[in-house]
Amino acid sequence: MYDVIIIGAGVAGAASARELSRYQAKICVLEKEEDVCCGTSKANSAIVHAGYDAAEGSLMAKLNVRGNEMMEQLSKDLDFPFKRNGSLVVCLHEDEMPGLKALYKRGIANGVPGLRILNREELRAMEPNISDEACAALYAPTGGIVCPFNLNIAMAENANANGVEFHFDTEVTDLRPVEDGWEIRTSKGTYKTRYVVNAAGVYADKFHNMVSKKKIHITPRRGDYCLLDKTAGNHVSHTVFALPGKYGKGVLVTPTVHGNLLVGPTAIDIENKEGTNTTREGLNEVITKAEMNVKNIPMRQVITSFAGLRAHEDGHEFLIGELEDAKGFIDCAGIESPGLTSSPAIGEMVADILKEKMDLREKENFIATRKGVLNPNTLSKEERIRLIKEKPEYGNIICRCEMITEGEIIDAIRRPLGAKSLDGVKRRTRAGMGRCQAGFCSPRTMEILARECHKSMFEITKSGGNSQIVKGINKDSL
Amino acid sequence: MKSYDIVIIGGGPAGLAAAVSAKKNGIESILILERDRELGGILNQCIHNGFGLHTFKEELTGPEYAGRFIKQAEELNIEYKLNTMVMDISEQKIVTAMNREEGLFEIQAKAVILAMGCRERSRGALNIPGYRPAGIFSAGTAQRLVNIEGYMPGREVVILGSGDIGLIMARRMTLEGAKVKVVAELMPYSGGLKRNIVQCLDDYGIPLKLSHTVVDIKGKERLEGITLAQVDGKGKPIPGTEEEYSCDTLLLSVGLIPENEISRGMGVDMNPVTSGPKVNESLETNIEGVFACGNVLHVHDLVDFVSEEAAIAGKNAASYVKQGENRPSGGHEIVLNPIEGVRYTVPGIIDPARMDEELTVRFRVGGVYKNCYVSAYFGDERVIHRKRPVVAPGEMEELKLKKADLLKYPDLETITVKIEEA
Amino acid sequence: MEERRLTCIGCPMGCPLVVTMDGGEVVSVTGNTCKRGEIYGRKEVTNPTRIVTSTVRVSGGSIDMVSVKTKEDIPKGKIFDCVKALKTVEVAAPVHIGDVIMKDVAGTGVDVVATKNVE
Repeated sequence: MYDVIIIGAGVAGAASARELSRYQAKICVLEKEEDVCCGTSKANSAIVHAGYDAAEGSLMAKLNVRGNEMMEQLSKDLDFPFKRNGSLVVCLHEDEMPGLKALYKRGIANGVPGLRILNREELRAMEPNISDEACAALYAPTGGIVCPFNLNIAMAENANANGVEFHFDTEVTDLRPVEDGWEIRTSKGTYKTRYVVNAAGVYADKFHNMVSKKKIHITPRRGDYCLLDKTAGNHVSHTVFALPGKYGKGVLVTPTVHGNLLVGPTAIDIENKEGTNTTREGLNEVITKAEMNVKNIPMRQVITSFAGLRAHEDGHEFLIGELEDAKGFIDCAGIESPGLTSSPAIGEMVADILKEKMDLREKENFIATRKGVLNPNTLSKEERIRLIKEKPEYGNIICRCEMITEGEIIDAIRRPLGAKSLDGVKRRTRAGMGRCQAGFCSPRTMEILARECHKSMFEITKSGGNSQIVKGINKDSL
Repeated sequence: MKSYDIVIIGGGPAGLAAAVSAKKNGIESILILERDRELGGILNQCIHNGFGLHTFKEELTGPEYAGRFIKQAEELNIEYKLNTMVMDISEQKIVTAMNREEGLFEIQAKAVILAMGCRERSRGALNIPGYRPAGIFSAGTAQRLVNIEGYMPGREVVILGSGDIGLIMARRMTLEGAKVKVVAELMPYSGGLKRNIVQCLDDYGIPLKLSHTVVDIKGKERLEGITLAQVDGKGKPIPGTEEEYSCDTLLLSVGLIPENEISRGMGVDMNPVTSGPKVNESLETNIEGVFACGNVLHVHDLVDFVSEEAAIAGKNAASYVKQGENRPSGGHEIVLNPIEGVRYTVPGIIDPARMDEELTVRFRVGGVYKNCYVSAYFGDERVIHRKRPVVAPGEMEELKLKKADLLKYPDLETITVKIEEA
Repeated sequence: MEERRLTCIGCPMGCPLVVTMDGGEVVSVTGNTCKRGEIYGRKEVTNPTRIVTSTVRVSGGSIDMVSVKTKEDIPKGKIFDCVKALKTVEVAAPVHIGDVIMKDVAGTGVDVVATKNVE
């Protein structure tokens, strides 16, 4: 019997796991995919929002601002890339100024520090590539960019180091209340737990509605994105948002924390909770709208495009708390934007709720820090030479575009909750994220995975499940 | 820090031919740095026939062609390192490289020959919408898996792109037991050699759909199918022409891009049309003593021309090492101006005093031109006017300039190269 | 009299050939720019042949696969018999260019030889 079972290993589930792991409790995370960070958490804008956008007085606003506040220290404690590059909400027409001012006021009310409105000249001095039509902008210095994969992975690894179990390829199929808690049926067997945290992303309504009469409804809201080569990475230095207004919802243009340029997203409501396919219309929308706020975006430098699904609940608010008609069931649902930003604060809130309900005692030996995969590019030349002497695999470059060595890939695989697939390696090391999009490195990475995981090449997948890369050996069907 | 007279980045056909030429032109201290576990570059995975007709007067497979140059390099005792990745080169020609045995190390070069070849464009660069399942490969990556590792990427294949790599892989996959359902090509003409249409598609009954492209990709974990659509004159899909194909493998042969990260990093001026370095008649970049040849300079169709070009780069690198600043110089440079059908020329500038007796200028055209003339104007005077039954983007062309002719025009500033109608 | 239009595959040029036949006998070949083209034209309409290139497994070598080819062209109809015959072949390293991997493949009288050196 577990004390807490968390459904979902995205940022909300991982943050909850990490915060709960401070306490003496038997905790397990159930994840239907093969790895953490496989749902919305891996396909989003990677923005740490300042917090002016969420409705005044909402839980979203509160957790956004708190999460933003926590992010810097967390990035140091858990060793993931984060940068406060500041955000700009751009106003393109004088008659939209009231909207910009309203956003500013909302930001103040939400407790966002440092906000100010820039005029035409100040804006251009900050961002030379801003559109010629831009007449003003709301500047939020606390806005930032983060690596969503590493944020998610870091929190999960730290939770795991502090005793939280992670069970992958384990899909929850049914939940029933039992005498002192809940019985959870999964594709891999039955679990019993006192408390459940429902952090199931776009599927959170499915589980909520199994246990409660008061239904919720989550619509997958698809965001298509285009990612541009690092050569376009400093086209803008701040995250540039479009001011939502009568001219429609624009898309954002932002540098990423790794040096690429990201453009998007759309906001297309769909029914299929697995509908992560981009569409021609979606990509065209991203490409045309990108130019509204930022000029001369070198769209020929696009290296890949992708889509993520936000879990949009009808009420457009985070639903975090114990259900009245389902004691012991804690919702962590409707985690759409600003979900990524809020995730550390969401974890804090879930842990606080459970700490009180379960009267949890703090651990004495909580491990508060975690080190990520060593990036040899951060070492001095001498340190690097010593590293390669000690571990020659750090002298063998596998991913030519991002200059990732075999040593880093082996680290990513061998660590707890380590990578099991090409995408798992990619998210932990960046191998395969460069301009050739794994064309050069994937056969080599596959060999390393096969060797390290004692698998045959046929078992190596792109992202778990049925995504095997090769289907057989030469001539086997002749 | 060790030093060498000539350091060659890449041990494929370009690097090997450059090394052999430099050695034959009197340089002893040569080092080839190769990132793969063997010399030969991309030729190692080009197991098909068709290489070497110009160079060896016989048709060889890729590995055999590479083998001829590897043998020469070994007989000439040219030094090389394998499994070694060049990280960057400074403007002062300090090469930083890395391998397991020696770790991170630096080499001072007098001359550098860039021979890094090219890489393939990916699905992302084309913005093909749809899911992102396993089963989508660039044709070259699939070729590596089949020919070097011995694994089948899949069993039911659709190929996008009718350049030679796509056509060759259509046959290759078929001969290993896969079913290739269709080859789709965006343009209204195939980018590959006509012989490959015959021996790779016609021979196996594989249909070629010109003016078509992939507009959707299905399958969340592993590819399940794709949608083809016809495209208009601007390459935009025509609604209503969609056709679904079930398949588990999509091979993309959609363009090659010279790999010039190292070149850019050291400040080499690039030609935006070729994505390769701008070079002069000696195949030298704007940085003295840094030369370029092969696919890194501009993407070739025939490896014979790569070897020819690389031999010239090797010879000129040798001259640079021997003479340095004392190389002959006319003091003035003639600019080659490609217009009206001609997309680019290599070289782009010529110092007649540094030319050999004859200089081969290579170029590509931007469209298919039938019954036309390739013309070269020295200033306003048309000097070359050669009739060609057909020229096409997929076939690199050349014209030859004689030093003696250029010296007759001491004030010449521009040579214009263009296609003229009959 | 029958006219067949073909593309010559003898070299990268791909000359368009016109082969004129009279009741199964080749009367003339035009469009070729060299002698090999004429030979190809005649052969292609009477007994089409191809060189087949493939790979076979290597044991104990520095790499796993070695590229091979039929030493000469074989009848087009025998291409699949040829590759099927290579299915179960495994050669032990070292292998050198020209080494015979399989004699008289699929009864064609033609050997399959290695086209790469593997130590």
